[in-house]
Amino acid sequence: MAKIKPSKGAPYARILGVGGYRPTRVVPNEVILETIDSSDEWIRSRSGIETRHWASPEETVAAMSVEASGKAIADAGIDAEQIGAVVVSTVSHFSQTPAVATEIADRLGTDKAAAFDISAGCAGFGYGLTLAKGMIVEGSAEYVLVIGVERLSDLTDLEDRATAFLFGDGAGAVVVGPSKEPAIGPTVWGSEGDKAETIKQTVPWDRFRRGDVGDLPLDSEGNVKFPAITQEGQAVFRWAVFEMAKVAQQALDAAGISPDDLDVFIPHQANVRIIDSMVKTLKLPEHVTVARDIRTTGNTSAASIPLAMERLLATGEAKSGDTALVIGFGAGLVYAATVVTLP
Amino acid sequence: MAATQEEIVAGLAEIVNEIAGIPTEDVQLDKSFTDDLDVDSLSMVEVVVAAEERFDVKIPDEDVKNLKTVGDATEYILKHQG
Repeated sequence: MAKIKPSKGAPYARILGVGGYRPTRVVPNEVILETIDSSDEWIRSRSGIETRHWASPEETVAAMSVEASGKAIADAGIDAEQIGAVVVSTVSHFSQTPAVATEIADRLGTDKAAAFDISAGCAGFGYGLTLAKGMIVEGSAEYVLVIGVERLSDLTDLEDRATAFLFGDGAGAVVVGPSKEPAIGPTVWGSEGDKAETIKQTVPWDRFRRGDVGDLPLDSEGNVKFPAITQEGQAVFRWAVFEMAKVAQQALDAAGISPDDLDVFIPHQANVRIIDSMVKTLKLPEHVTVARDIRTTGNTSAASIPLAMERLLATGEAKSGDTALVIGFGAGLVYAATVVTLP
Repeated sequence: MAATQEEIVAGLAEIVNEIAGIPTEDVQLDKSFTDDLDVDSLSMVEVVVAAEERFDVKIPDEDVKNLKTVGDATEYILKHQG
């Protein structure tokens, strides 16, 4: 039997740079209240959200990704040609094929980097990071760009008072590269497809193709409602707080990190109530900095963790070399948690 | 040993006090979690999870919406506790 040469990778991987892009338009709760019967106070108390960003037609999934990635590449101190793979996590790029990752890889000036999209909802960043780490340690890429990007305003039912205020748009990117020391811990991840109904798209796209829309809900102007993300609030809250706290603890244990060793906690920015309750359930010490970027960014699904990471580093609330626990969780249901050294 | 109605109300009062900051003496059988005790739909999930642990009972998501008052929750726990 012929002998195949093994691939040779780096001993470990780390996040080398992070970048974010938030759309120019800032949308306060007052705008949301034009289409739902609610109040600023109610929205803030249920979600912590004060403002979110909504993308303009020009701020496409690709355009926002290129902006965020450019910053991450500069932050990492590498050139785009050195990137071996581009992994994009999104659920709101509305052209199914080709993958938006290829356009992004091209516009960034990579040298024919491998490029593909993944669909892992709000856990997408952790899924992408895990793939990146594997590629680097296995040797199929030296540097990998991981992007979380969403235009969730396109998947929001503005007349649904339970979700209209929740979602935002934006892109977050990290460059992952070789490391002499472990700087990304073991990933604790998984899926619970039996809970698929708790967060989902209201209607599959092919219903529109078939014109099979007669029984679908109409908006206030009498048009068939476009598909949107819907969720069962209480069920999701229970799962996110109590089940995900267990997963977060497992990720700490797997990395051999005690809560006292932890500097920063960056959970998916789904809802400030989930974040606060998770912190309480995990009994995180006072000194741990907790990301609450949700207040001015809303829930941006796969983009939320890198966006929050970028902001904590930019404001000085966290610093390079800090040890951070990151956990993403959402539609699927899917989840991914790991401990990382901040770039 | 199964908890009595009195013990359940006292336990729920402690839980509601911890989560919503309402004085324990205000937590009475006829009180509505949402209208009287400042427990909104998300805090209610925290109350339910704490009650599950304390009284060794499972309260599925689909049953939570029926627990409008402290009396509803007490009755549910009395009936289902392990």
